Amino acid sequence: MKLEGHRLTKSYGAFRALDAASFSTGDEARVVALLGPSGGGKSTLLRVLGGLLLPESGEVRLDGEALPHEPAAALATLRCNGFVFQGYNLFAHLSLQENIALPLREVHGLAVVEAEARACELLERLGLVDHRHKRPAELSGGQQQRGAIARALAPRPRLLLLDEPTSALDPVMTGEVLDVVRELAEQGQQIVLATHEISFARRVADWVVFLAGGRVLESCEAPAFFQAPATAAAREYLGGLSKYR
Amino acid sequence: MPRIPSSFRRPLWILLLLGALSFALYAVFARVHYAWNWQRAWQYREQFVQGWLLTLGLSLAAMALSVLVGFALMLGRRARAEPLRLLCTGTVELLRGSPLLVQLLVGYYILATAVEIHSPLLVGIVLLACFEGAYLAEIFRGAIESISASQMEAARAVGFDRWQTYRFVVLPQAVRRALPGTTGQLVSLIKDSSLLSVIGVEELVQKVRILNSGSYTSLEGYLPLAAAYLVVTLPLSWYARRLERRFAYET
Ligand SMILES: Nc1ncnc2c1ncn2[C@@H]1O[C@H](COP(=O)(O)OP(=O)(O)O)[C@@H](O)[C@H]1O
Ligand SMILES: [Mg+2]
Repeated sequence: MKLEGHRLTKSYGAFRALDAASFSTGDEARVVALLGPSGGGKSTLLRVLGGLLLPESGEVRLDGEALPHEPAAALATLRCNGFVFQGYNLFAHLSLQENIALPLREVHGLAVVEAEARACELLERLGLVDHRHKRPAELSGGQQQRGAIARALAPRPRLLLLDEPTSALDPVMTGEVLDVVRELAEQGQQIVLATHEISFARRVADWVVFLAGGRVLESCEAPAFFQAPATAAAREYLGGLSKYR
Repeated sequence: MPRIPSSFRRPLWILLLLGALSFALYAVFARVHYAWNWQRAWQYREQFVQGWLLTLGLSLAAMALSVLVGFALMLGRRARAEPLRLLCTGTVELLRGSPLLVQLLVGYYILATAVEIHSPLLVGIVLLACFEGAYLAEIFRGAIESISASQMEAARAVGFDRWQTYRFVVLPQAVRRALPGTTGQLVSLIKDSSLLSVIGVEELVQKVRILNSGSYTSLEGYLPLAAAYLVVTLPLSWYARRLERRFAYET
């Protein structure tokens, strides 16, 4: 895929979380990593790229096609994508299986039996099928995140967007979830990933967008970014993260 | 001493406390030399049952109506249009902040008279429903506002539109959270219904007053009166507590 942002601006009140952010990936990018310091605008950019937030100005292009701003069309675009956030993704009042099956039925028009079968198929794949009747509160953090990934994958999304999916997890659970993401990447799923797990990003990402202060400071192929970051901010960021590893 | 199994311990304690309470009551009545007259009271049993049924019936009607009123006021308080929001907020504050007694007197003798409605029962049910509805509106609002931003975002992220978000995420979660408080409020409604006697509705309390003045008794009427309320309110309270525990587990 080719993913582009053109002068994207998004404010919360008077605060500009995205300030004319522009970037363009290569034509064949599969896994795009959004890196940068906390508060830099990664989460905001990820939501704008997935169509979950509309920017005040600017444009997102996926394979040359601009994302629509008109509400009904924007919802249709959003429905082609899958999202996983830091935590509390799953609906607290529904079982794991129903979390997956309900959107399949109500948003994607699957019949009851089909939706259930598809939910079980994904839970099987993510090793959660024995837990399918449990509610989120009865699952570990890692299981919840894998469940959220299962739900995001169920409608076969064009783009899977992950916003720091492991930042609320301990190291063991982090490994559990990152294994799943790596497998998906290897199977060819198109992914946008905001993360602080630098060694993981180095392994799976083929394109890096580095942003700080709401602006994109670097956008380049992953190996080039990790070997020789062009900006001082990126060097400092990478240096700070590798200090204790 | 043999160990008492834990499943027996609670009923045992309850029996013990009830025994102590009976003894205390007995001691009090023995001191004031109250002259019981249950025969006279027994003659009014039909009146008593009639009053009880009316209390139950009007409470049920007021409950159903109060849930509607509460829901409407809650929606109004969350509306986009500012005048509507102000109107509903003001209504809730007025209803919650002033005594039901005053609302009944003004509502029946002034408002209802002005629009020529003369059924005290009908007016009483409506006024009671408005009063309790104002409390329910706050319970409902709290429940809806307690739904976290992350659940709302998750709803949007799976592709739900506004209506689907309400139907599949907000309402089911809010209902669970509102149920314990709502049940508690319905217990209050049943007790508050006794005030309808001031506008001439012959519900249970009014019947007992008539009984007492007719037979020169007082406790023979009031004790069964308390019991008649407890028969309904205790199971409701128990149910509310159960719901609360179930909800605590679910989140
Ligand atoms: N809902 C919001 N309301 C107000 N400010 C926000 C909100 N979300 C994010 N921000 C602010 O926008 C900036 C960028 O946030 P974010 O996109 O979450 O950055 P990152 O994910 O890189 O940490 C931060 O300074 C943050 O405080
Ligand atoms: Mg973030």
